[in-house]
Amino acid sequence: MNTVTITIKKQPDLFLEADCFTPDALAGKKADEIAELPVFIGKTVEKIGDYFTVSGETGPTADETRLVFNGDFTKVKYIGAKMSTGEVVLNGDADMYVGSWMSGGKITVNGSVGHFAATAMSGGELNITGNAGNYLGAAYRGDWRGMSKGKITVAGNVGSDCATFMTGGEIEIGGNVDVHVMTHADGGKVIIHGNAKSRLGGQATRGEIYLFGTVDVMMPGYVKAGETELTIGGTKAVFTIYDGDQGERHPTRKGLPIYAKLYLKK
Amino acid sequence: MTSILIKNGFVIDPVQGIRGDKMDIAINDGKIVKNLSNPDKTIDASGMVVMAGGVDIHSHVAGAKVNVGRTFRPEDKLQSTYAPYHGIRHMAGGTSVPTVFKTAYMYADMGYTTVIEAAMPPLYARHTHEEMRDTPIIDEAALPMFGNNWFVLDYLKRGEMDNAAAYIAWLLRSTKGYGIKCVNPGGTEAWAWGLNCLSIDDPVPYFDITPRQIVSGLMEVNEYLHLPHSLHLHSNNLGNPGNYTTTLDTLKLSEGIKPNNNFGREQVLHHTHIQFHSYGGTTWADFESKGKEVMDYINSHPAVTCDIGFVTLDETTTMTGDGPFEYHLNKLNHLKWANTDVELECGSGIVPYVYSKDVYVCGVQWSIGLEMALLAKDHMRCYLTTDHPNAGPFWRYPRIMKWLMSEKARNDVLATMKNEDKVRDRSTLGSIDRELTLYEIAQMTRAGPAKALGLGSSVGGLVPGMQADIAVYPYNPETESDPEKIEWAFSHAKYLIKSGEVILNDGEVVSNGNKKTYWVDVKTTPNRQVERDIDQTFVKYYTVNKNNYEVNEHEFMKNPCVVQIDAIQ
Repeated sequence: MNTVTITIKKQPDLFLEADCFTPDALAGKKADEIAELPVFIGKTVEKIGDYFTVSGETGPTADETRLVFNGDFTKVKYIGAKMSTGEVVLNGDADMYVGSWMSGGKITVNGSVGHFAATAMSGGELNITGNAGNYLGAAYRGDWRGMSKGKITVAGNVGSDCATFMTGGEIEIGGNVDVHVMTHADGGKVIIHGNAKSRLGGQATRGEIYLFGTVDVMMPGYVKAGETELTIGGTKAVFTIYDGDQGERHPTRKGLPIYAKLYLKK
Repeated sequence: MTSILIKNGFVIDPVQGIRGDKMDIAINDGKIVKNLSNPDKTIDASGMVVMAGGVDIHSHVAGAKVNVGRTFRPEDKLQSTYAPYHGIRHMAGGTSVPTVFKTAYMYADMGYTTVIEAAMPPLYARHTHEEMRDTPIIDEAALPMFGNNWFVLDYLKRGEMDNAAAYIAWLLRSTKGYGIKCVNPGGTEAWAWGLNCLSIDDPVPYFDITPRQIVSGLMEVNEYLHLPHSLHLHSNNLGNPGNYTTTLDTLKLSEGIKPNNNFGREQVLHHTHIQFHSYGGTTWADFESKGKEVMDYINSHPAVTCDIGFVTLDETTTMTGDGPFEYHLNKLNHLKWANTDVELECGSGIVPYVYSKDVYVCGVQWSIGLEMALLAKDHMRCYLTTDHPNAGPFWRYPRIMKWLMSEKARNDVLATMKNEDKVRDRSTLGSIDRELTLYEIAQMTRAGPAKALGLGSSVGGLVPGMQADIAVYPYNPETESDPEKIEWAFSHAKYLIKSGEVILNDGEVVSNGNKKTYWVDVKTTPNRQVERDIDQTFVKYYTVNKNNYEVNEHEFMKNPCVVQIDAIQ
């Protein structure tokens, strides 16, 4: 696997949209070709080379390409957006839409990311050592097709509206999570090692939430349905099971309704 | 104004019966002329098709519900890239509910110059006209909805035709409307009571009138007022299995009514998106096409016209004044739903919908549209629409042309369907080998709808004296055999001329044109009773003042074009 290193040399005054920062878009290009590619700041089109130094060499295909980003990318959006394969390593923080619509490959962020990371993700892996903003792994605004496959791991805290309209895949959160988790979900799994605030699984019809910490306010639509001992994320514990959201339409299997499950550690 | 000569194109004009002859078309002072010496501009159209500008008889492109569709579907903007401004082309975006600019540009790219906004809630006429004013290039007109209007229900129930006519004339003048649209007659009013009218004899709650009376009454009033267009009807029971009987019952109401107008219109009833109204079966499980039965009726009744409402197998946004239908659609697909009750007048609903070729019902709906268009005997009475955006976005028209013109293209789609056998089994499409000609396509997209709208003397044809709306497509009917080329060419008009002004030059937008808005001003015998009813209703029921309701021509229209009619008895 060949590595290209992109280092920020000048912070843009406004936010910079770099939807070409993916192995798919850069594979097979030389460093000086990459520096000539367009990026957007508002309605103006500028060059990658104006803001970043590019070194190294890409692989002939995206599969054999690793992109390493060094520096402060908090004014850069869309890193790894729509990537389908290859690898992205980001040493620093980034702004919105990291790994949004990604369908494969691996992104490692040694830092924190902004909002809308992994929007409507449909495959691959996203690992974040810091925190993530709001709408992690959620559907795009208005859309009913959220994260469907893949895995997201966040070591730190996550903002609100995580996993909205999730239908599959897994999100594991090391820290705490803000309100609205798995709203409208119809599948998938969210593991929260820290604490949650409120509205876990609101309007969800399927899917599972595992909560190791505390929840401030439970949804009224969830009812207790027994206890179970499980090993989740390598930790063995006893959980209380809740079925919900009772206010929603639920699919049935063998005549019995299928519910979203909320597992609270005892 | 410049004079233009379009040389050597394959000219297709059903109005004059020209079938692809190599001819020159001359334009001077905004009109088509017989001949021209020393033109200011010459367009070499050799190897290309020349037709009149397209006329879309039924499309939802402006107004309150279109805008709600835009607002409540941010994800619709994701399906296509925002095109940045380019030359005089304004930034444009959206997919199934595009911005006003994109609407105009995409119609222009398809060579269309006249578009009818098919459902204007009178209360939101100002909004509709504001959006139409801001839509460049294309000439437009809006049809206000009358089928659930309290005044109309009251007058028609009591058989007061003079009063109904006076009211409708007042409303057309006040809202700057073009004709009488009727959506789910009585059913949308019933929906305000949680009910619907599924047959033409279901009574409307409180008003105690039936859809039969409403449709017959509106047709009579339409002819009493000598309007350019006929009653434009979306009948009851749309989109339900077995609804074709309701459709046939409704169409039969036109029998015995004679067209009465000075605009060359021959029909008394235009039934819109007939595909949605030609379903057999009793449930979605035994759902099948009854397109043949409905088209047989239309073929043998010259006083009826229809547009199809082709399903294009795309993700789209359904929006209609048929409130109860949208509720039921939402119960089927469980996506989002918006509903509006327009006080005293009508209502509407909006639901996103994905017509997937792997869902057999969608496949059958797709088949029914094509089947009906191929079974039609007179394409001057059967028009190409998608009921944009309900059955699909309007910019898919070229793809529909491809399907209509090529059996191979239709079979290619059928072959990719998951339930191909079932889809083939439920309609006769697979057994039809007819391929429409460009002449028939020109009838369906220009000459026919223009005539049905009563605009046949000025648009839809290439007769000297007509408004110079002309499209030139990069398609050579003599050498071309690939059906894909049809779709490409008819979505990439090389030149478009509107009212004698070049809009597209070599595929580039070079002018925003001087878009026109048509509206109808009918003079009727002064009617004190109706004037008093209107004033009282505004005081008693409406949340707006009458002065804040009426649409002022100078404020809301850039280039108004009034059709004056004298219906004083």
